[in-house]
Amino acid sequence: MTRTLVLDDVTKAFPTGTVALERVSLSVAAGEFVSVVGPSGCGKSTLLRLASGLDEVTGGGIEVNATSTSYVFQEATLLEWRSALRNVELVGELRGAPKADRRRRAQEALDLVGLSGFEKQHPRQLSGGMRMRVSIARALVAEPDLALFDEPFGALDEITRLRMQTELQSLFALKNFAGLFITHSVSEAVYLSTRVVVMSGRPGRVVADIPVPWSYPRPPELRYEPEFAALTGEVSAALGEHS
Amino acid sequence: MSAADLNGRPQNGTGARRRLVAAGAKVGPLLAAVAGIVAVWYLVTYVVLSPERRFLLPPLHQVLGTTLGNPNVMAPMLDALGQTVGVALSGLAIAVALGIGYAVVMAQSGWAEKVLYPYAVILQTIPILALTPLIGIWMGYGFGARIVVCVIIALFPMIANTLFGLQSARPAAHDLFTLSRATRAQRLFKLQFPAALPSIFTGLRNAAGLSVIGAIVGDFFFQQGLPGVGGLLRIYTLRLNMDALFMAIILTALFGVAMFSVFAALDRAVIGRWYGRGTP
Ligand SMILES: Nc1ncnc2c1ncn2[C@@H]1O[C@H](COP(=O)(O)OP(=O)(O)OP(=O)(O)O)[C@@H](O)[C@H]1O
Ligand SMILES: [Mg+2]
Repeated sequence: MTRTLVLDDVTKAFPTGTVALERVSLSVAAGEFVSVVGPSGCGKSTLLRLASGLDEVTGGGIEVNATSTSYVFQEATLLEWRSALRNVELVGELRGAPKADRRRRAQEALDLVGLSGFEKQHPRQLSGGMRMRVSIARALVAEPDLALFDEPFGALDEITRLRMQTELQSLFALKNFAGLFITHSVSEAVYLSTRVVVMSGRPGRVVADIPVPWSYPRPPELRYEPEFAALTGEVSAALGEHS
Repeated sequence: MSAADLNGRPQNGTGARRRLVAAGAKVGPLLAAVAGIVAVWYLVTYVVLSPERRFLLPPLHQVLGTTLGNPNVMAPMLDALGQTVGVALSGLAIAVALGIGYAVVMAQSGWAEKVLYPYAVILQTIPILALTPLIGIWMGYGFGARIVVCVIIALFPMIANTLFGLQSARPAAHDLFTLSRATRAQRLFKLQFPAALPSIFTGLRNAAGLSVIGAIVGDFFFQQGLPGVGGLLRIYTLRLNMDALFMAIILTALFGVAMFSVFAALDRAVIGRWYGRGTP
C-alpha cells in the first residue's frame, strides 16, 4: 500500500511563540480513512493546513504522494453568487478544464451527494446540510487521492450530522481516496474511520492510534452495537487521560 | 408564477390589484414625505411669514404658476438642467472607473494599500471649495472644470467601498483558490470582484448622490459656456427672482432623488439576481 500522506516528526511553532504541534508522526495510506480527535486548540486545523501545503512546518518533514488533494473546510465556503453546480465546477474552471467536461463532472458529483434537482439553487437557498453536500461534491469532483476534512459536520444539527456521516462513509467506500478527517466527536470518528488518532492538548502530540475493524459500507445501526460502544469508550479514555 | 405574470399582462382583476397595492407600498412613503414638505411650506408661507415678508417663501402654487407655464423661464431652466445632468453623469462615470481601478491596484498587496490609501484620504479631506478656484485657473471655467469638481467629490466612496468589498472575501475562500493554484487574475475576477459587487453598488449609490452635488457646485463656480442649474441658482439669487429660484431648487432636488432611486433600484435588481433571490 502506498503511503499517500506522511508526517514525520512534524513541529509547528508560530511566530507568536505558540507551539501548535510537537513531534507529530502520522501517515495515511491509500484506502485508509483516518480521523483525528483532540481537545480544542491542540493544532488539528494546523495539521491539515500543513498537510495541504497552505502552511509550512518549522520542524520535521511532510511527504505527499498525491496528484490531487482536496480540502473540505469547517464552513461550506461556497461562493454565494454561484449556483450549486457552478460552485462544484469552480475547481475545474480554475484548472482550465473544458466547459462541457467540467460541467458533466460537476453534475455527476452533485448526483452522487444526492443533490440532483438543486443545481441551479444558490447557497442562500440551500439548507446547512445541503451546502455542506455541495462542498463535499466540490472536493470529490477533482477525483482526489487525498481528501482532507476539517470538522465539516461541526456546525450541523444532530440528525443531519448522522445522515452526512452515513453518506460520507459510503462515498469513501466508493471512491477509496486516502482520507484525513478532523472532528470533535468520538462516535463520528469511530463510525467513519479505519483508524482514530488521539491528540493531546497543546502542544499537540499523538497519544493514541486506535484501529477500527469494520468493513465498508457501514450500516447506521453499527452505532448501537456493543463493540462500537467499547471502541468509543477506548478513544474517550485516551482523550480524557491527555487533555 | 401564473401565465399572466409571464407575458406581463394580467388577464384578471386580482393580478392588477395586487400590482397596484405593491406599487402603492413602494411609492406611498415617498408621497407622504412630499406631502409633509408641502404642508410645512404652506404653513411657513401663510402662518409664520407676515404678508410683507411673504416673498421670502412664495406659496408653491405661485412658484409653479409663474414658471411652469412660462417658456421664457422654463426653457433655459431645462437646458441648464440638461447641462448639469450631463456633467453629473460624466463625472460619475469617470469616478466609478477611477475609483474601481484605484481600489483594484490597492487590493493587490498590503504594501500597495499602505502607499496609495493616504492619497485617497487626502483627496477626501481637502474641502472642495478650497480647491475650486485653483481648478478654475488650471482648467478654465467650462465643462471640463465642472466635471473635475464632480469627480473629486464622487471619487472617495467608490474607492473606499470597492476596496472594502475586494477585501471582504473570507480567508477560507482564499485558501480554496490557493489550493487550486489560482492565478492572480483568477483570484481577482472569480473571487474578489464578485465578492465586492454589493459594496461597489453601495459606493455607486453614494457616488451618484455626490455627483449631483459636485455638478451643481461646479457650475455654480464655473460660468463659461452654457450655464448649468448651479449657474442659474446664482443668477436668480442676484436678481432676487424667488419663484424661479425655488423652481430651480425643486428641479435639482427631483434630479437628486431620481439619481438615487435609479441606482438603488439597480442595486436591488443586480444584487438580488446575483445571490439567486430573483431567480427567473
Ligand atoms: N496563524 C496563526 N498564528 C498564530 N497562532 C496560531 C495561528 N493559527 C493557529 N494558531 C494557534 O495554534 C493553536 C492550534 O490552533 P488550531 O486552529 O490548529 O487548533 P484546533 O485543534 O484546530 O482547534 P479547534 O478544535 O478549536 O478548531 C492555537 O493555540 C492557535 O491559537
Ligand atoms: Mg480547528
